[in-house]
Amino acid sequence: MIRAENIFKDFSGQVVLSDVSCSFEAGKANLIIGRSGAGKTVFLKILIGLLKPTSGKVWFGDTSLFDLDKQQLRELRMQIGMLFQGSALFDSMTVEDNIRFPLDMFSKMTRGEKSKRVDYCLERVNLAGNNKKYPSELSGGMQKRVGIARAIVLKPSYLFCDEPNSGLDPKTAILIDELIYSITQDDQIITIINTHDMNSVMEIGDHIFLLHEGRLAWTGSKGEVLTSTNETLESFIFASPFLQRLKRMYAKSVHTI
Amino acid sequence: MTKLLYHFGRYVLWLGQAFRKPERMGMYWKETLRQMNNIGIGSLIIIGVISVFIGAVTAVQFAYQMEGSIIPRYYVGYVVRDMTIIELAPTFSCMLLAGKVGSNLATELGGMRQKEHIDAMEIMGVNTAAYLVQPKLIAALVVVPMLVCIGAFISIIGGYTAVVPTGWFSHGEYIQGLRSFFEPYNVWMMFVKAFVFAFILTTVSCYQGYFVKGGSIELGDASTRAVVFSNILILLSDYIIAMIMTS
Repeated sequence: MIRAENIFKDFSGQVVLSDVSCSFEAGKANLIIGRSGAGKTVFLKILIGLLKPTSGKVWFGDTSLFDLDKQQLRELRMQIGMLFQGSALFDSMTVEDNIRFPLDMFSKMTRGEKSKRVDYCLERVNLAGNNKKYPSELSGGMQKRVGIARAIVLKPSYLFCDEPNSGLDPKTAILIDELIYSITQDDQIITIINTHDMNSVMEIGDHIFLLHEGRLAWTGSKGEVLTSTNETLESFIFASPFLQRLKRMYAKSVHTI
Repeated sequence: MTKLLYHFGRYVLWLGQAFRKPERMGMYWKETLRQMNNIGIGSLIIIGVISVFIGAVTAVQFAYQMEGSIIPRYYVGYVVRDMTIIELAPTFSCMLLAGKVGSNLATELGGMRQKEHIDAMEIMGVNTAAYLVQPKLIAALVVVPMLVCIGAFISIIGGYTAVVPTGWFSHGEYIQGLRSFFEPYNVWMMFVKAFVFAFILTTVSCYQGYFVKGGSIELGDASTRAVVFSNILILLSDYIIAMIMTS
């Protein structure tokens, strides 16, 4: 389990996160949602230790993230996979080299074992046979899938995804969601997804955390989203008149039944 | 002043991080070879071109200065040789490399920072300062002295081609000058300068790129700062080395 305890963060006096506490469970898709500027990315960067909070703690099991020395932090990070918003694939490397990079850096596998592992990860994200392509030759969705393959190549215990669906068409976005969800369930890892994609919320949102103006405004599951009366949640999820109408129709149908 | 101290402190701490033991030697070795090719082979032609002109201009200027004087004519070869070895080859070449290689390094690392490549490596557990700086530094420390040495040699040939075929001096005079008053210590000084300048241009440029924040304008600024600060520090250290090694 990953726990965030009373996280505060400010940049030169401007408060970005204020007293955020929550915990994330294994085998479930934990979604952090919120409007742009709500502090999602900062929170995610704090959770993985790329940013230090002004105060507060992050626990990975019984380990306090910010009490680790550099070597211990590096060891912990080897258990973390991360999918970046822009995929962050190394342009000068092929797909295969990108995925193999963490193996080359940290594993003691033989060359053959590494190749097998890379092929397995590529198959897992439905990109078998694309080993020799460069990131520039791939579509946005394919780049995201390579990013996922690289994130899981070291068999991580924790998977972090920053806006995995941004810039993708709805169908590809659903495929990416399904892929992340199946990896989470099959490998029983702790997955934390930073998103403002409503499809993701309603499809894979096992545990949802709504950040609003730097505070945790609501937590619940995808089933509770439709029935919640939390105003901040409603104004965020059902922002358009179309979705508001849809919610009223849903409430009516539930009431009729 | 506070800003200067802040950057100096951060630079020193960052260097400490960059000199940590590599996670996997093989990966660093591969990257070092790539950088040697980039810095060395990629800069050979430009170093050759400027070196020819450095030698040629030195020879022509000296010939002009000594006209009507009682200075022995063969001194032209001696002056070109020593000017080139002691000062012009290491300083000019490294200032040029600060422009070519330094801006390239700052832009490469800055681009990696902006595209979150450095964050991605950090998350994997890679010591990014070490992985991104050590191979470049080792490559520069090996290749830059070689380039400077080649540059000095070409400069001397450049001086010859400027004044001998044109008839200002005879072949014998130039060669006699080259063979006169040779001090091996000067070559040692050239290599010391080349090492120090290589260290400065690589680390300063990498530092500027590594900590880039913002967008393309900031990346451009970082690249400019890399060149300007490298050149200033090269000239400053040139003066310090000259003071120490010639006193």
